[in-house]
Amino acid sequence: MSAVTPFPTDARPLLEVRQLSQVYSLNRQKLFAPRPKLKVLDSIDFSVRPGEAVGLVGESGSGKTTLTRMLTGVERPGEGQVLYDGADVWTGGEAHRKLFRRSVQVVLQNPRSSLDPRMRVGTSLLEPLRSLKIEGDHAARVLEVLDQVGLDKNALERFPHEFSGGQLQRIAIARALMPGPKVLIADEPVSALDVSIQAQVLNLLKDLVRDLGLSLVFIAHDLSVVAYTTSKVYVMSSGKIVEVGKPLDLFRTPQAEATQALVGAVLSVEAGLAGNALA
Amino acid sequence: MTTSAKPHAIEVKDLVVSNGDVTAVRGVSFTIPQGGRMGLVGESGSGKSMTALALMGLLPMGWSTHGSILHDGVDLVTQSDKALSSRRGRTLSMVFQDPLSSLNPVRRVGDQISSVIRRHTGADRKTAEAQTIELIKQMNLPRPEQLVRAYPHEISGGQRQRIMIAMALACYPQLIIADEPTTALDVTVQKQVLRLLNGAVRDRGSALLMITHDLPIIAAMCDTVAVMYAGRIVEIGPVQEVFRNPRHHYTRGLLDSQPTMDNIALDGSSRLVSIPGMVPPLHSLPTGCAFNPRCPAATDKCRETMPELGTDGISAACWHPIHLAGEVAAQ
Repeated sequence: MSAVTPFPTDARPLLEVRQLSQVYSLNRQKLFAPRPKLKVLDSIDFSVRPGEAVGLVGESGSGKTTLTRMLTGVERPGEGQVLYDGADVWTGGEAHRKLFRRSVQVVLQNPRSSLDPRMRVGTSLLEPLRSLKIEGDHAARVLEVLDQVGLDKNALERFPHEFSGGQLQRIAIARALMPGPKVLIADEPVSALDVSIQAQVLNLLKDLVRDLGLSLVFIAHDLSVVAYTTSKVYVMSSGKIVEVGKPLDLFRTPQAEATQALVGAVLSVEAGLAGNALA
Repeated sequence: MTTSAKPHAIEVKDLVVSNGDVTAVRGVSFTIPQGGRMGLVGESGSGKSMTALALMGLLPMGWSTHGSILHDGVDLVTQSDKALSSRRGRTLSMVFQDPLSSLNPVRRVGDQISSVIRRHTGADRKTAEAQTIELIKQMNLPRPEQLVRAYPHEISGGQRQRIMIAMALACYPQLIIADEPTTALDVTVQKQVLRLLNGAVRDRGSALLMITHDLPIIAAMCDTVAVMYAGRIVEIGPVQEVFRNPRHHYTRGLLDSQPTMDNIALDGSSRLVSIPGMVPPLHSLPTGCAFNPRCPAATDKCRETMPELGTDGISAACWHPIHLAGEVAAQ
């Protein structure tokens, strides 16, 4: 715990949502009946402290992605608040919103679709600095970040198709780091990668959290991957947070039904060899 | 492996799959006995899916197969497209990764299953439809009579994959090839589908070739395993032996890079062992052993000469295999 969170655990949350709810209207089923509603998020409380690595797990359709959209400010919540550093992101004023935009960055699942195929890697990396209008020595920043993610500087002149999946995910992480964020949100960052590469990327994320004092929100469906990277895990099911705890506690004594289902779904080589994996 | 009186479900010898420019499969040999279960593990670009497609005779345009694939008394490599087409679904069948893109979106799922039955068994419509409902029941799917009338988009991913499995099993094939059958599914559904596939294959006495990058699935489902790297099998043997005591450094690396509850330390400082570097592209493979740039034990010999697999039991294509404790090193 202490190695993951160098800050005191009673520190004020850096990124927080309070009583967040979101309802989507579905397509009309009958001509004159009101459109059916779907509650995708239901009174969610979620917080990340400075330097903390937090996991978010749940089946598909549990609301993980919608919550991610709220945390990154892509979507405005119907009810509830998104707070960055104590102030509301949507009503806290333009200057605060700008700070929030800079400080919360995302790494998406598939780097092949999240990087522009026609843009050289160097240009892609500069993009966040340009769009967020960040001043400073951009060239030096690019080199610094490349070094942090373990890429060579000749990567800058190349195009995304020239890289393997693992390298591309490093580039996507580098791009997220460019504006000097305080919170990194990684949505299934390794599920599109090969097994031998997954470990490299997971280790990199873990190192970044430690070395840069970043907060990490790690979204995944695989509990063992989340347990490896984070020190606190939120379990979502049908738009609600059903359980919060340390990964090992969740693993050993899952309380909520959704957690039990996720824990039960984990296959391991050991269980397979013992012949009871599918029991 | 010794040849028994019983013919094998499939016997692949020196399979090479290439399109003239690149060779995706570079000399792969393996045998699956009747009712046997083999896992083929590898990363993307290792050639595992191309091996499966070659077995099915479904390679993309421009790719050709060399070597021999003995199945049901014939060599599939020499068979005409028409002959292969009449086999697919009958003596060998395949479950694909993404059921949404492999089911016909404009036909009801029941019709898709019963047309397989009618084509291969010559059963009339009524009989085929009854068999379809029976199959869907076996797949533990709810309300079979209604489900047969559903279109693929109307049912869930797990249900679609069960429909695919039902279709693959419909004619009691000798061999079922499952290519990443649960990768597109939600984790909680994955186990149910695997359990179902496991039971259905066992009940029919079919052989199974399970293709995946997921080692725990192989451990749960198969009795032998072949590990592929850059178009070749680098290690093959009984799952219990290979996964407990891998000889090849690549297999060791794959096993070590799995996050499990054992390697998650409470202090958060634990690190996964990862294989450095990346899978080499097929058009620029290193000389000698393809794994040598990433291998901790590589020597000059590995960079010069390609190691071959041994002939029986567990064997690794490696000049410096990992030896068991107490075993005397060969060199």
